Amino acid sequence: MTEPLLSVKDLRTYFSTEEGIVRAVDGISFDLMPGERLGVVGESGSGKSVTAMSIMRLVEPPAGEIVTGTVTYHGRNLLAITEDEMRAVRGGQIAMIFQDPMTSLNPVYTVGDQLIETIMLHQDVNKRDARNVAAQALSDVQIPNAADRLDDYPHQFSGGMRQRVMIAMGLSCNPEVLIADEPTTALDVTTQAQIMDLMLRLAADRGTAVILITHDLGVVAGFCDNVQVMYAGGIVERGSNDDIFYRPQHPYTWGLLGSMTRLDEEQQVRLHSIRGAPPSVIDLPDGCRFRPRCDFATDRCAQELPLLRKIEGRGEVACHHAEELDLEITRAVGAAG
Amino acid sequence: MTDVENTSQFESTATGGMPADVMLRVENLVKEFPINRGIFLKRKVGAVQAVSDITFEIKRGETLGLVGESGCGKSTTARSILRLLEPTSGDVWFQSETDDEGEPTEAINIATANKDTLREMRREMQIVFQDPYASLNPRMTVAGIISEPLLVHGMGNQQERIERVKELLKVVGLSPEHANRYPHEFSGGQRQRIGIARALALNPKMIVLDEPVSALDVSIQAQVLNLLDDLQSELGLTYLFIAHDLSVVRHISDRVGVMYLGRMVELADRDALYDEPMHPYTHALLSAVPIPDPELERNRQRVILEGDIPSPANPPPGCRFHTRCPIAQAPGICSEVVPEFREMTPDHFVACHFPEVKKLF
Repeated sequence: MTEPLLSVKDLRTYFSTEEGIVRAVDGISFDLMPGERLGVVGESGSGKSVTAMSIMRLVEPPAGEIVTGTVTYHGRNLLAITEDEMRAVRGGQIAMIFQDPMTSLNPVYTVGDQLIETIMLHQDVNKRDARNVAAQALSDVQIPNAADRLDDYPHQFSGGMRQRVMIAMGLSCNPEVLIADEPTTALDVTTQAQIMDLMLRLAADRGTAVILITHDLGVVAGFCDNVQVMYAGGIVERGSNDDIFYRPQHPYTWGLLGSMTRLDEEQQVRLHSIRGAPPSVIDLPDGCRFRPRCDFATDRCAQELPLLRKIEGRGEVACHHAEELDLEITRAVGAAG
Repeated sequence: MTDVENTSQFESTATGGMPADVMLRVENLVKEFPINRGIFLKRKVGAVQAVSDITFEIKRGETLGLVGESGCGKSTTARSILRLLEPTSGDVWFQSETDDEGEPTEAINIATANKDTLREMRREMQIVFQDPYASLNPRMTVAGIISEPLLVHGMGNQQERIERVKELLKVVGLSPEHANRYPHEFSGGQRQRIGIARALALNPKMIVLDEPVSALDVSIQAQVLNLLDDLQSELGLTYLFIAHDLSVVRHISDRVGVMYLGRMVELADRDALYDEPMHPYTHALLSAVPIPDPELERNRQRVILEGDIPSPANPPPGCRFHTRCPIAQAPGICSEVVPEFREMTPDHFVACHFPEVKKLF
């Protein structure tokens, strides 16, 4: 069996606020295999972005703190190495793309300056070669006249173009892992299609493993191999794309799929909405965190936090009643066959 | 005075001339924003035509969805209809009621109406905004927010207004005890319910919903969409639903209009538009929307558009989509002649020189 490329174990990241301790990520474990495209989905506040920030060690104390956990990458625990060592990993071997391409580029430097800086930091090249690498990176993400556009400032690019620049920057050092945090959320749908198409092609060509963080299950369906669903700081379900979309086991995943409007919806069906709202991560309910909104909750759910466990022939799920529940997906096309 | 009244009445009925089943008719609506230079002596150096010559109707009791990407003019259209923005030209005919026999009554032209008429009209047509955080005054209680329209229109005494607020809170799925709380105590979905309650306060006939669920998480979005569905069937409301999310629009609408760079490019019944779209931009838009179904996604053919939306300050001549259109004849008819918005099959309008039905899934 292949070794995982990146292995996260019992990660807990807490933030202290005036109202109390925010348990943003509360004990999650997962592996990323070489070349795997893993989707991390969840709604606002589920902890998906904090997971990414924690892996990259971008959680700033004193506000936030990684309380426990290990992130193993090539035999080293990224959470224990020095900041200098981490700097070599960050951007070089593990790169990240953020949601908002406007705020993640520095407006007073040209795009070329910023790309060249990254390249020179991680590769042993002189400035002229770095410029060539940068021009190639821009043309790889299909920016026309790449060499000339290196001298433009971020504001001279459109939103979609800026996100391409971010992807170019992320991939310029040929990382093994790319973490993309809501890379297309700020973009229009036709631009989103361009960017996802591009990311899929580049990642597949280079064998880059990708963690795609998103709230949009549709984007995951077209891009990822595997998905994990997060709710209130924990992973509630994990499996292959087909497991999650056609054989969901957790009532939350099932509810999420039923809540979605679909482009190919033939009749006007009533949406299956999940009642209530996600809990505050300051004041989490005892037992299963989804219990207050769950139609199937029992006394056991109130007392015991369900752990993620593998179900024969299906994915992994954190629900006490996974075996008994018959969560039927009525709308998915693939479910019929 | 009698003469004047007669004339105005004559004019509105004659020019409005709307069938009884039409509630709103937008005719050749144009909205320009001037581009000014200079601080003290402002000179107009150009104009952004956010909405260019749009014509459509909304039928009584239906939901018309308006979709398009950022900058296409959908929100400007909505605001011009309510005259929250002053239209540059064009007419917006509004016929809130039919008479006892169900015959058309006098329609008013919102685009030219005076202040008093507008005030009357606003009792009949309300709006719900996108951002539930910015559209509620943080210093007012929920009761204050919801009863403000009643106060402005001088309806009821204080006791009656409080009763109405409680009733409205129940209608939108909140509890009457929430009346004395402030907006910050509510989640995004609950705030949007408060916004909807405010819009319902005056018993309007029509509600303009400007991206009402875009800021919400999926599970909350479904709750609000279901609420809107219920309200429509219970209260017989007419909706103009503006959104960029094509799946949401398919779910809620009876008919759908697609806008691109200030123009309406296609308008049809919802199933005709989604199953048999004719405009190449609609094709691209529909093929770009991800569907939460891996099998379907694996086998899907995407029309990936080249480039970005041109600036509305300097739109391309001829068909505005020709610079990105995969089937454009440019240079040629597409870059020279503005395509007419014509009815290709009954109730299916397309503005394209080479319309063609394409199945996308």
